[in-house]
Amino acid sequence: MTVRLQSDPFAPGDLLAAFCQGRRDVGAVVSFTGLVRADDDTVQALELEAYPGFTDQEIGRIADAAALRYGLIDVLIVHRVGRLLPGDPIVFVATAAAHRRAAFEAADQLMDYLKSRAPFWKKSVEVSGARWIEPRSEDYQDAQRWDDAPAQEA
Amino acid sequence: MKVLLFGPLRDAAGWRERTISSPPLSLAALKASLARDDAALREALDRPGVQAAVNKAIVRGDVSLAPDAEVAFLPPMSGG
Repeated sequence: MTVRLQSDPFAPGDLLAAFCQGRRDVGAVVSFTGLVRADDDTVQALELEAYPGFTDQEIGRIADAAALRYGLIDVLIVHRVGRLLPGDPIVFVATAAAHRRAAFEAADQLMDYLKSRAPFWKKSVEVSGARWIEPRSEDYQDAQRWDDAPAQEA
Repeated sequence: MKVLLFGPLRDAAGWRERTISSPPLSLAALKASLARDDAALREALDRPGVQAAVNKAIVRGDVSLAPDAEVAFLPPMSGG
């Protein structure tokens, strides 16, 4: 179980290859990579702020709970902080489980959490100036899908 | 005592981290003293959804503070 916040760029393929290395009990690895999206040409950059020691601890708590719920064998979460440009990989999540269903669902749930509730503060730097971003209501709804749902069979 | 501000709070105050040499005894007293010195920060701290963390754990309501506490004020989190 690894949670890493870093200002340096990462290569999703390298992370995935390393995560898959030397596994014998894992039948399924699911990975997700999120890129910084510019909906139009006005977004020049994103500035992502975390509280080191708190943000990673909170994400780790959620990752532990997901691991327990889905019976995961391993989880890797890498999140960029600092200034990011459109197209940059910003988040990487990989889940390893004996069977695919658990790995898919856990990755989906972790991403919903990361997008809506994880302790980050996000500023969008636009042509017209910079503004702080609040989570979209869809992100909240996505996260709520998991609140009362029973754990799935692996 | 170390005080940390994040997101819009940092912008409102113009600082991110401050060490306070004669620390207040409670969270409420700390907030009052920060607000007294800075109207923009006072307004930002009063906005809905601002939480406080003491030694990297979220607290609710008023709590007493040790002189070496790390207190962070956290505006609503945006997710990554």
